[in-house]
Amino acid sequence: MNSLLSLGSERQPTWARKRDPRLRVVAALWLALVAVSLSQPLALASLLLLVLLLAGLLRLPWSLLFQRLLAFEGFMLVLTLMLPFSVAGDPLFQLAGFSASEQGVERALVILLRANTVVIGMLTLLGTLEPEQLGHALGRLKLPDKLVHLFLLSVRYLFVLLDEYRRLRTAMRARAFTPRSDRHTWRSYGWLVGMLLVRSMERSQRVLAAMKCRGFHGRLYLLDNNRWQLTDSGLLLLFILLAAGPWLWESGMLTALPGGAIP
Amino acid sequence: MAHIPDGVLSAPVLVGGALATALAVGYATRKLDYERLPQAAVLAAAFFVASLVTVPVGPSSVHLLLNGLMGVLLGWAAVPAVLVALLMQAVFFGYGGLLVLGVNAFNIALPALLCGLLIAPRLNRTQGRNTFIWGAIAGAAGVAVTGLLLCLSLLLSSPDYLPAGQVILFTYLPLLLVEAFVTGATLQFIQRVAPELLNRGHL
Repeated sequence: MNSLLSLGSERQPTWARKRDPRLRVVAALWLALVAVSLSQPLALASLLLLVLLLAGLLRLPWSLLFQRLLAFEGFMLVLTLMLPFSVAGDPLFQLAGFSASEQGVERALVILLRANTVVIGMLTLLGTLEPEQLGHALGRLKLPDKLVHLFLLSVRYLFVLLDEYRRLRTAMRARAFTPRSDRHTWRSYGWLVGMLLVRSMERSQRVLAAMKCRGFHGRLYLLDNNRWQLTDSGLLLLFILLAAGPWLWESGMLTALPGGAIP
Repeated sequence: MAHIPDGVLSAPVLVGGALATALAVGYATRKLDYERLPQAAVLAAAFFVASLVTVPVGPSSVHLLLNGLMGVLLGWAAVPAVLVALLMQAVFFGYGGLLVLGVNAFNIALPALLCGLLIAPRLNRTQGRNTFIWGAIAGAAGVAVTGLLLCLSLLLSSPDYLPAGQVILFTYLPLLLVEAFVTGATLQFIQRVAPELLNRGHL
């Protein structure tokens, strides 16, 4: 049922599935931090390569990954397409009377690389977790209890409501409803959303009653058997060092090492 | 289009957005008692599902944002609900990013909160056509303020984003129209079918 959200968690190799989910949360945050602090295309490209290797290692289904990236690239296109023309600098080429600057092209490239690195890393590390696992990891990382409860309950009811939504849409289709861009369509969608909300509100009353009946007093117990093991620490250290590589290289610290590249 | 990816905004904007969201979420979760938790969670899930609906507008189509509606129904609880929905969208669909989560949540939750505080009290007293009109105002305001805040966060990061921001604002116009109609119709429907949802005061 969760296959709608999770990116093929069952395809992962066993060693990856056995890891504590907290490892992935911390690794993803570190990756995002490194990516946004880099500003050279070459350093960013090597980080992106590392992320793609990781995606291969975790056997992420490439077709699904590209499907997820499609929506995101639309926004990136709008954002970066005009940067070469709006950033001042040395002219590189002319298009319809506007001149594109070298600095602008580089900025656009840097932003594209950064955003893609973080998104692919996020989908690889966190998107492959089951939603409940992520909720438990966030709880174990000491996020406020109420937020974690909200997350876990939302994930639980997401699928119930998705079924409800599909049922309502089937009912509409059975009455020969075809979406067009007119007021009738928008009103029908408004009623659809309204029906979804009314039913989910009724459901939430039943949920609350059921929770009270089971003695709920402000705490859901996080039932997971994740143990932080030595392997987790080792992998986290390895990932932190590998991801920090491009950053060290960019800031010129690697050259100071014996046998490092000549500046 | 309301989700800014990582790596686009500058550090001060990221930190500012994260701080503002953390404060608002902290206040909202303190107000939200455990009795109301299932309601907020189920509604957050319902909004997540509703945002998957594709609505055709002319030659293209838009996804509903529904933050105005969320604010009217949830009040302060809309803030953590938005955060949770955005986290799920980021991690599982790749919309937005991790470090920008604070900014994105702020851009969507602030208009929701404004609708909840300013428009919801008026909605309680209306009927029929007026409900539709106030609902439409809430829907339009939710989208418009989110669009403006999104452009503002881009411009504060770098003035070079100005042309891109203008294009993005332009793409918000059809969404604004659809969102106004849909939110109006939804609230009119709720007023007729389950008016207690509008009169319960705030979660």
